[in-house]
Amino acid sequence: MSTTADQIAPAHDEHHAPRGLLRWLTTTNHKEIGTLYLVFSLTMFFVGGTMALIIRAELFQPGLQIVEPYFFNQMTTMHALVMIFGAVMPAFVGLANWLIPMMIGAPDMALPRMNNWSFWIMPFAFTLLLSTLFMDGGGPAGGWTLYPPLSLQTGAAFPFVILAIHMMGVSSVMGAINVIATILNLRAPGMTLMRMPLFVWTWLITAYLLIAVMPVLAGAVTMLLTDKYFGTSFFNAAGGGDPVMFQHIFWFFGHPEVYIMILPAFGIVSQIIPTFARKPLFGYASMVYATASIAFLSFIVWGHHMFTVGMPLAGELFFMYATMLIAVPTGVKVFNWMATMWRGSMTFETPMLFAVAFVVLFTIGGFSGLMLAIAPADFQYQDTYFVVAHFHYVLVPGAVFSIMAATYYWLPKWTGHMYDEKLGRLHFWCSAIGVNVLFFPQHFLGLAGMPRRIPDYALQFAGFNMISSIGAFLFGLSQLIFLWVVIKCIRGGEPAPAKPWEGAHGLEWTLPSPAPLHTFQTPPQIDPSEAHG
Amino acid sequence: MNPPAPSPAVGIRRTLRSALFIVVAMFGFGFALVPLYDVLCQVTGLNGKTSGVVAQAEPMRVDEARTVTVEFVASVNLDAPWEFHPDVTKLQVHPGRFYTTHFYARNRSARAVLGQAIPSVSPGPAATHFHKIECFCFTQQGFAAGEGREMPVTFRIDPQLPADVHTVTLSYTFFRLPEQG
Ligand code: HEM
Ligand SMILES: [Cu+2]
Repeated sequence: MSTTADQIAPAHDEHHAPRGLLRWLTTTNHKEIGTLYLVFSLTMFFVGGTMALIIRAELFQPGLQIVEPYFFNQMTTMHALVMIFGAVMPAFVGLANWLIPMMIGAPDMALPRMNNWSFWIMPFAFTLLLSTLFMDGGGPAGGWTLYPPLSLQTGAAFPFVILAIHMMGVSSVMGAINVIATILNLRAPGMTLMRMPLFVWTWLITAYLLIAVMPVLAGAVTMLLTDKYFGTSFFNAAGGGDPVMFQHIFWFFGHPEVYIMILPAFGIVSQIIPTFARKPLFGYASMVYATASIAFLSFIVWGHHMFTVGMPLAGELFFMYATMLIAVPTGVKVFNWMATMWRGSMTFETPMLFAVAFVVLFTIGGFSGLMLAIAPADFQYQDTYFVVAHFHYVLVPGAVFSIMAATYYWLPKWTGHMYDEKLGRLHFWCSAIGVNVLFFPQHFLGLAGMPRRIPDYALQFAGFNMISSIGAFLFGLSQLIFLWVVIKCIRGGEPAPAKPWEGAHGLEWTLPSPAPLHTFQTPPQIDPSEAHG
Repeated sequence: MNPPAPSPAVGIRRTLRSALFIVVAMFGFGFALVPLYDVLCQVTGLNGKTSGVVAQAEPMRVDEARTVTVEFVASVNLDAPWEFHPDVTKLQVHPGRFYTTHFYARNRSARAVLGQAIPSVSPGPAATHFHKIECFCFTQQGFAAGEGREMPVTFRIDPQLPADVHTVTLSYTFFRLPEQG
């Protein structure tokens, strides 16, 4: 693209920004970067979803029908890495980009150039990660947890996987720093911390979790790399190291990581439920404190992933009670959501449907988590499908449903059009039914002893696996409806008013729909009665 | 309402600095977990880690009244070409007295190899009461092609061993070390 005089004219470049691909490559606008993140995340959701369907297709019947066991293992590993780092986390960063400046009355993110970088690292990281599937010896197949010594047996792909993880880590750390800097420095006058919408609060706490634990993951995978190629023995018993130590370091990252994937979801649901219940959020302050205590506790419970590894009794007890303690602030949240709905004038538009389903289904995942937290019981559940059922309940109808709820809720603000409500509801019901048919039977499979991460299974597990696979295809295919609704809404539809939801509160609804590229260039006045939506 | 804050640029720079500090510190913390983990295991004897050092040979009171069973286990790491087993699988010992037993290892491959035995004691709390004054695990063991030999361990159990421990298992895993040694 040629450079014209007015393009390099100082101070006006945002009005004459480059067009086409270059515009997206160089943008520093929080809304455009938010869109990039969301589109990337949706793409990865379909990539990871395809892998999941390969897994479920193989497990439809006992025996090996479709893929080689080794490829199956690559699919389980890659599915997790793609969904965690490529779909869920970038979706939340995208939402943060779009919404946080609008919610706190800031003109943009605090560090716009870094924002551009943190997004554009992602496509490269994932191209690298996905390309390992075509390398000699295939992609990583030892599980997303990368336990040595198994993960060290990865072929030529290994250093590329580590590099990709480093890149994702750098990207999320930069994104997190940006969120912190924006929230701490760019709030409009009068937007005190305790007036911030809960989505902003939960993201602030999430961002601190990110900068605290992503570097630990980076350290752990670096140690794997040096163990494999530079003769160190961090995790190699022959050289005085210990493979179990990897698990400690990994889960020191890993457990806060699962809260990184759920705290912003808590924020989203806390925005949506008051809107459609037409009541202010019950217990705003307790929500903030509950979020903070969950974040704090998440650093001292990692051992619940390691109950069966061999721990002294005192350790088992400590991690068991600490884990159960997390259920208390989590319970406070669920209680507050229910109290918000109690006697509200509720309506059930698509965002609310997803939010209510979130509350119910996430709670089921919380309960199975509590069962897993009972150390003696976990000896039976560990590494079975029960664990798979648990974390999918908190992640799919938990985190993913919250992202969909957020998409429907703010799509009118982003595009200026109302989405198709009929199709939205169809998408919801297909997803809600599909997800339960998919994951509920996995509880029974796990309790009956079916191990996770296996391509074949004993005959007695056949029935529930078939049901689960049917649910998987129902859930997976219904996401095409979602894609269709989103595309349709971007391309047109009934024009959306500035505030399409009668009960909504918050600064973002004071802006026209679609939100103009530049908003709150001068800080808005904060009306305290409108505070925290 | 509130007086306008000082230019956000200053605050942003300060936030950026402290956030970067946390990132660097936590990266360091990840590595600090390594020595921390070893120290913790050593101090508490968790994980069955006996102290890697040669124990002092000072005399101890021998507790003739008490008998502890010491079991010996030898295992070979997956791809290591060894034959490896204890000469006896069990000894009845009195705490405080020294005993010597042997393990036999033979290199089954047609090449010279270097090995390292890694000990582990269970139950974990017994590890700190298990003292070795001589052990083939203290050094790397080189074997010529086809060579086999007896390797001694001299140890004693501390009379401080908790009273509820009646059996202590000493297990060795024999690892093959990378070629250059
Ligand atoms: C009440 C709250 C929760 C409790 C008590 C809890 C407890 C547990 C326990 C004990 C395990 C280990 C099971 C085993 O391996 O045997 C586990 C695994 C897991 N949990 Fe949770 N959990 C809770 C909430 C969550 C949330 C909110 C998420 C994510 C959004 C989550 C994601 C996971 C994941 C991904 C795993 C499996 C990791 C793996 O082995 O691959 N959990 N949970
Ligand atoms: Cu956990």
